[in-house]
Amino acid sequence: MKNRTFRRAAIAVSAAAVSLSLAACGSSGPAGTAASADSATMWGLTGGNQPVLQKSVTDWNSAHPDSSIKLDFFANDAYKTKVRTAVGAGQGPTFIYGWGGGVLKSYVDAGQVDDLSAFLKENPGVQDRYLPAVLKNGVIDGKTYALPNNNVQPVVLYFNKDVFAKVGAEAPKTWDELMALVPKFKAAGIAPFSLGGQSRWPDLMWLEYLVERIGGPEVFANIAANKPDAWSDPAVTEALTKIQQLVDAGGFVNGFSSIAADSNADQALLYTGKSAMILQGGWIYQSMKKDAADFVKSGKLGYTTFPTVSGGKGDPANVVGNPSNFWSISSKATEGQKKAALGFVKDGMFSDSNIQSLIDSGAVPVVKGIESKLAASPDKDFLTYVYGMAKDAPSFTLSWDQALSPAQGDAMLANLDQIFLKKITPEQFVATMNATIGK
Amino acid sequence: MSTTSGSSRRPLQPGPSGWLAAPALAFFLLFAIIPLIGVLFLSFTSWDGLGEIKLDGLSSWTTVLTDPVTGNALLVTAKIMFFSFIVQAPISLLLGVFTAAGQKYRAALAVLYFVPLLLSSAAVAIAFKALLDPNFGLGAGLGLPFLAQDWLGDSDLVLFVVVFVIAWQFVPFHTLIYQGGVRQIPASLYEAAQIDGAGRVQQFFNITLPQLKYTIITSSTLMVVGSLAYFDLVFVLTGGGPGYATRLLPLHMYLTGFKANDMGAASALGVILVVIGLALALLLQRLGGKNRNASQLEGA
Repeated sequence: MKNRTFRRAAIAVSAAAVSLSLAACGSSGPAGTAASADSATMWGLTGGNQPVLQKSVTDWNSAHPDSSIKLDFFANDAYKTKVRTAVGAGQGPTFIYGWGGGVLKSYVDAGQVDDLSAFLKENPGVQDRYLPAVLKNGVIDGKTYALPNNNVQPVVLYFNKDVFAKVGAEAPKTWDELMALVPKFKAAGIAPFSLGGQSRWPDLMWLEYLVERIGGPEVFANIAANKPDAWSDPAVTEALTKIQQLVDAGGFVNGFSSIAADSNADQALLYTGKSAMILQGGWIYQSMKKDAADFVKSGKLGYTTFPTVSGGKGDPANVVGNPSNFWSISSKATEGQKKAALGFVKDGMFSDSNIQSLIDSGAVPVVKGIESKLAASPDKDFLTYVYGMAKDAPSFTLSWDQALSPAQGDAMLANLDQIFLKKITPEQFVATMNATIGK
Repeated sequence: MSTTSGSSRRPLQPGPSGWLAAPALAFFLLFAIIPLIGVLFLSFTSWDGLGEIKLDGLSSWTTVLTDPVTGNALLVTAKIMFFSFIVQAPISLLLGVFTAAGQKYRAALAVLYFVPLLLSSAAVAIAFKALLDPNFGLGAGLGLPFLAQDWLGDSDLVLFVVVFVIAWQFVPFHTLIYQGGVRQIPASLYEAAQIDGAGRVQQFFNITLPQLKYTIITSSTLMVVGSLAYFDLVFVLTGGGPGYATRLLPLHMYLTGFKANDMGAASALGVILVVIGLALALLLQRLGGKNRNASQLEGA
């Protein structure tokens, strides 16, 4: 009798233990793999590339149960804050998702990410697969600290062909043509440009392209190099003035500063025909393909390069945007985690199936020699266009908020917001930003 | 506890033993005082959140105190504090008095009023953000052009929108406090007033309001000091924008620390916030007079 009671108790205890460990598995996220304690950890972004990344990690985990990866996703803005705080507290993930530039440099300066140069030397195949211009963005002081992990994301000028046909307009090739289109669309009750101004970074795309077209890539290169008074370049003032002229003319949709780009409300204005054009990153093609499949499929989505500015020095083929997103490997990770991480970088990412799922999602992977694959895609027009744009660009400037140090980037976005609201003049902007140089 | 019986000559203790406060004090020390000292220390350093923490003298303080954005944040905080109080105090007082009575329909209404209290600030902010969207929100959906204003994008309008949403969320809480306060007022006072021939309005001004004095002080303290902490709602609703129009002090502190990664300056802002909060709380307590802790109940 007693023996039986004891056995029952033992069964109850082990059942509790099993359910506890099951619960622990459940919290390991959608990957659902039985992650061991020493699994490499990876934080990705929600949005267009989420299912692609999820699939490549799930594939990797089922093929490599001994070096598995535990994957979690975060929204863009929340991620940027969380990852930095976590890394600073020694709780960061093995894979640090990033954009290169000044933010990557701050990780390098703090000794938080590993130098991957030796890994690249041992695995020449890895280095060779990338478009060289993209690979450069993970290099700091001649050493590679971050490797591209997804698709090339230049900023593109999208337009709604339906709406253009309605007013009998053509895509603008010069700034003057663009300005001339504004009253035309306004008269038809259509906002010329959609803009997710509350998120602030979409504002930046206007400044980046205008400075690029007016003054060429050197203007921002000087700013990023922390040269004294680099913001005083006349190209910056002229670009800011042009932005305010466009605001004055009513170029942006009513209430643009209360529209958040994170909720894709800015794209919705374009495909619902409430606005004619939007200047946004290459990644919004992926989300429009999902949210407005008919609009994209029926070829109503037009896209073109940013207009030229008369007298401008910049090559019209130059682009701005994000060359790619990147993986850095945390220097605080254990040897086992690093081994799994580098293994994934070598064989898990940009496998044939990963490249194909990126293309299927409407994105252009940052690898060489994929022309035929792109041409076979239902989105071949857009993908080939973006691939060519990135491959042939004499200069590809990284988004400024990522290229600069976080302190400068934050001040720049806040002040640019003020420019769009006409709360400050271009001269005030330049003076404020000059004061942040070196911070 | 000492008692009057026996040989003890010690005077009566006015209340329970001080040791009862020990657990609370221990937690306060651990989670308030020690972090506060940490923040005070950090305000004299420069730290980007990643690298080494370097002692940097007063540089963070000079940055913060000379930055016009700090002054603007203080002004925005003061405005929101003032307008929130002006809007919330009368509404919640009246609602509290109204719902204190016993009829069933008042109980049903009270339940409706309290619904916003059940929602998290983030949910409230996301819902209002969607409703106020000029292109896809309530105005556009119902075809009412006057509702399709640029509520959150107009630098002058946005402050009042924020005040409105804050009031929507917090009026129920203060109504609850007032309701409790009113229910504590002895019925005999009203009976006596009725015998003397006082009407409802006279009863309100001569009995209810004076009897609620300490409830008003409690509620106002929570309202005013609480408005120093309206962070989550504003962060989700406007992100401090457009421009700096709704960048409250706590939000400015957060953005300085976690967006611009200047932990030194953010800590200095945190210290300023604590000092202002304490000063306001003390000031409001002063208004209560010396006898503020005495009970107003008959015979208590």
